Amino acid sequence: MARLADHFLSEEHLIFREQTRRFVQDKLAPHVDEWEEKKHFPGEVYQWLGDAGLLGVTAPEEMGGAGGDLFYAMIFAEEMCRSGSSGLAAGVGSLGISLPPLIHHGTPEQVDKFVRPVLAGKKVSALGVTEPGAGSDVASIRTRAVRDGDHYIVNGAKSFITSGTRADFITTVVRTGGEGFGGISLLVIESNRDGFSVARNMPKMGWHASDTAELAFDNVRVPVENLIGSENGGFYLLMENFASERLSLAFMAVEMAQLAFEESMKYVQDRRAFGKTLAGHQVTRHKLAEMVAGIDLCRTYNYALAARIIAGDNPMMEVAIAKNKSVDMASEVIDQAVQLHGGYGYMREFLVERLYRDIRLFPIGGGTREVMNEIISKMILPR
Amino acid sequence: MKILTTVKRVVDPDAKVRLNSDNSGLVTEGLEAKMNAFDQYGVEEAIKLKEAHGGEVIVVSIGDSAGTKEIRTALAMGGDRGVLVTADMSEIDPKGVADLLAAVIEREAPDIVLMGKLSVDSENNQVGQRVAAKLGWPQATFAFTCEVADGWATVGREVDGGTANVRVKLPAIVTADLRLNEPRYASLPGIMKAKRKPIEELTPDDLGVELEPQLIIQGYSLPPARAAGEIVDDVDSLIDRLQNTAKVL
Repeated sequence: MARLADHFLSEEHLIFREQTRRFVQDKLAPHVDEWEEKKHFPGEVYQWLGDAGLLGVTAPEEMGGAGGDLFYAMIFAEEMCRSGSSGLAAGVGSLGISLPPLIHHGTPEQVDKFVRPVLAGKKVSALGVTEPGAGSDVASIRTRAVRDGDHYIVNGAKSFITSGTRADFITTVVRTGGEGFGGISLLVIESNRDGFSVARNMPKMGWHASDTAELAFDNVRVPVENLIGSENGGFYLLMENFASERLSLAFMAVEMAQLAFEESMKYVQDRRAFGKTLAGHQVTRHKLAEMVAGIDLCRTYNYALAARIIAGDNPMMEVAIAKNKSVDMASEVIDQAVQLHGGYGYMREFLVERLYRDIRLFPIGGGTREVMNEIISKMILPR
Repeated sequence: MKILTTVKRVVDPDAKVRLNSDNSGLVTEGLEAKMNAFDQYGVEEAIKLKEAHGGEVIVVSIGDSAGTKEIRTALAMGGDRGVLVTADMSEIDPKGVADLLAAVIEREAPDIVLMGKLSVDSENNQVGQRVAAKLGWPQATFAFTCEVADGWATVGREVDGGTANVRVKLPAIVTADLRLNEPRYASLPGIMKAKRKPIEELTPDDLGVELEPQLIIQGYSLPPARAAGEIVDDVDSLIDRLQNTAKVL
């Protein structure tokens, strides 16, 4: 199908999509069922992707990236979802949320030490924001870093940390100052430091191929040179980071809806009921029509938004709209896809069953639906 | 070493194609297009030859102007420059493709030409053979191995029931089968670099080739829909049906 959204793309983007799709379908997709079942994907996957140059598509060339625009990162996220496991996409994608503060605000030494090895697939990084007692309400995080000479001493805990059980370092949000958003900083904490521990790998509803950790920091001594940007200046860096995370979640949600639609198309043209294929029933055809309409609208909005961000805009409200609308659309489309599959839709062998579990994270992760609506309402109402 | 390789832009083989209203052709508008799968093996082998022997890889395509994407893909994999001969593929037959390609090859005078053994859309499997005949060059088709040394290519060919090893004196035409190699993935830096590599656009007139199709497609039809299966009661009635209804025994 010709896609309106593709008019935002250049020939290079299209070639990149073809090549990435070929890589993901050849190298990753054949293993996805096994990795989902084992609730783990092997560490070599980072190396494969690093060797193929897919881990740093938007990072600057001088840091070992490819210097591509935002569309390349979004296309990579979409194609990773097309492996059939958005959990794999998220596990690999933890670098996409943990590296940007280092890429944009890191010192040359931090770039050499942390950014390059991750882009090459030799180290794993994670982002540590959420705590047992604070998630979307970032300004109230409690993990504390207290200055002691040329070190910080970190105490606290983080939860729901994607790739946290195997990360070599965590880009961690810590409180270095007073209450509220003015007192937080971003600190890189290596997982081999004394006092750092993985409390547990948290079992979860979906995203099975990825790991999700609860981390504990018990008097962890971290050198001051691991601070990203300025002390107590972490909130702004974090907000900047959230925008790209939310946008990728929007793109991923649309691609998951697309997969659910494609699976449904195959199923309804094959499965027969009451003397004809499911596709022969008007109720099915109208469902498919609504799926396509929702997918196309959201995809085109997201692509238009990415084009604006590439052009230099910082559209906070539109990113929130993109996340909420794409995620709600995808949740509905995937729910309908399960329904069209009947009993099979509830069975593990069918992709729509996995999509149904996986999409439930999207209105929660990267800022909840309610937080997105707060952002939107603050933009439209006078204070 | 001067190496010439060819790419054809074809409709994504996984896309569902429809016939146009009078069944004279396929509706390809809006469908995604990509490089013919067999050409990927030809391009990969061309780049491997360049890596081993040095020289230049020229990527040639024939088709509409959108075909620059497939040429750029091959340039992103490691080709050096492209040649696109613009022509309306619906009005051109395998002889026409071979005439155009032979004209480009005469201009470029490569040491070896690597092509896909056939294109997955029309499946004529004629062009490599025709080009070799027209130029009077040796040919080695359906290659699954290819070694070049001292002005000769040694090619393992997949043939019915086994393999054949042949040596062809260069310049020669080699057509690739799917076990020849594992085509590389173009990296994003490669894709960006390919943007700056030159693609020359030519017309059949520029090449002095007059296109007079000798093969004209009369029409297309879809395979007949399969009738529903039938459950028979026992082996005897199965045999009876196979003998007397299906007439296959």
